[in-house]
Amino acid sequence: MKRYSIFSLARNALSHHEDWPQAWRSPEPKPAYDVIIVGGGGHGLATAYYLAKEHGISNVAVLEKGWLGGGNTGRNTTVIRSNYLWDESAHLYEKSLQLYEGLSQDLNFNIMLSQRGVVNLAHSEHDLRELSRRVHALRLNGIDSEVLSLDEVRRLIPILDCSPAARYPVLGASVQWRGGIARHDAVAWGFARAADARGVDIIQNCEVTGILRDGGRVTGVETTRGAIRAPKVGCVVAGHASVLAAMAGLSLPIESHPLQALVSEPIKPVLHTVVMSSAVHAYISQSDKGELVMGAGIDTWNSYAQRGSLPVVAHTVGAVCELFPIFGRVRMMRSWAGIVDICPDASPIISRTPVEGLYFNCGWGTGGFKATPGSGWVFAYTIARDEPHPLNAPFALERFSTGALIDEHGAAAVAH
Amino acid sequence: MLLIHCPWCGPREEVEFRCGGQGHIARPADAMDISDAEYARYLFMRTNPKGWHYERWNHVHGCRRWFNALRHTVTHEIRATYRPGEKKPPLPDGTT
Repeated sequence: MKRYSIFSLARNALSHHEDWPQAWRSPEPKPAYDVIIVGGGGHGLATAYYLAKEHGISNVAVLEKGWLGGGNTGRNTTVIRSNYLWDESAHLYEKSLQLYEGLSQDLNFNIMLSQRGVVNLAHSEHDLRELSRRVHALRLNGIDSEVLSLDEVRRLIPILDCSPAARYPVLGASVQWRGGIARHDAVAWGFARAADARGVDIIQNCEVTGILRDGGRVTGVETTRGAIRAPKVGCVVAGHASVLAAMAGLSLPIESHPLQALVSEPIKPVLHTVVMSSAVHAYISQSDKGELVMGAGIDTWNSYAQRGSLPVVAHTVGAVCELFPIFGRVRMMRSWAGIVDICPDASPIISRTPVEGLYFNCGWGTGGFKATPGSGWVFAYTIARDEPHPLNAPFALERFSTGALIDEHGAAAVAH
Repeated sequence: MLLIHCPWCGPREEVEFRCGGQGHIARPADAMDISDAEYARYLFMRTNPKGWHYERWNHVHGCRRWFNALRHTVTHEIRATYRPGEKKPPLPDGTT
């Protein structure tokens, strides 16, 4: 791997940027690997990277049915935070945030992490109490978080409508300063390039059509480019988790839904932090390019179609205009949907399965991007050692039988 | 946006409805006797198919009654809606 640096930038400027090497190879699939990762999104690529880096397993293939990061990795609203209420989630997401903080250096790829703070607004006494409870719980887990008074909110976000005349007046907020946004494509590309440099084969346009088994254990996968053998297969395919599980005769506690997002035309810098309001049901940030990026709730019905209904978007835009009257005449440029895998407790499944050698990492639902490096890190550990890391042990498939659910429905910016 | 035919009220806009997820899930008659894993299968596991899906809907901002639907999760086509207790329609031929 040719390292990126100010010097390589200058050197390539002299040749008009025509001689940059490919960031990763596009090899033909080999007949067999030590590990196959199904799904070339951020989580899958991160898993492959950490398998090679932390566990010395580099004879790995990442199979992607489309192009890298073309699913939910390229469709999310790029928010990163770790302000989760319960200990299990707080530790897992905080691990991820800490990995994010060193990721640009680790991958030698600028992921444009901007820790601009994530603000959650309170619109009622109950909201305020709920926010303070969360702030205290986070601080007990060593995660930065604080309560902001109404005056502090007003000073921090001058364009926010903080007047008592608002339909749902703002009473205060919580903030995690280490939260923020990152460039989502760069996370996928950075992991891909770094994994490739360690010997991982990234194979695009290769859809898995079957999971090969012998008795109770996995032996490989059937794909549109032929059978590929491996004693271990890790599936990280977000919205299509149930489809893949069915190929192995498993069922999951997951339903797939469209989750919509939209961006405005680019405008001058006006919002320098991430603002969320679960009460009026919207969240918004401004990208470095100047677009306002906002997210909606899920459409309530199951879908695999990567599109949702307009009323869901209209509801979100209405809420954003209520919070920020200044955005009333901004034009929206694009809207889209990703298919998210929702678990009954809104927490992920990072787990072994009843099929030996087959592992699933799914159920991230509406909040997977922030977990990308942490998810890959614990999943790589789980696959390499055939046992979960203490960080993801509570997120096993068995929790649905034992009843030890991790209810994080309150963690999302908008209720789902 | 979907146009949904409520079996009681007729065609109405999607915003009047709320989807209740997979339909025709029978509560185990012997709930006290089965294992936790079997009960979890009833409570949490879902078919979540990419294709035709039997599901429940509630006309929550209308007659507030529940009904069933056969809908496709890729095209979103609603092939049939029918009242609880009515026999479920067969899957359209040649599809899963």
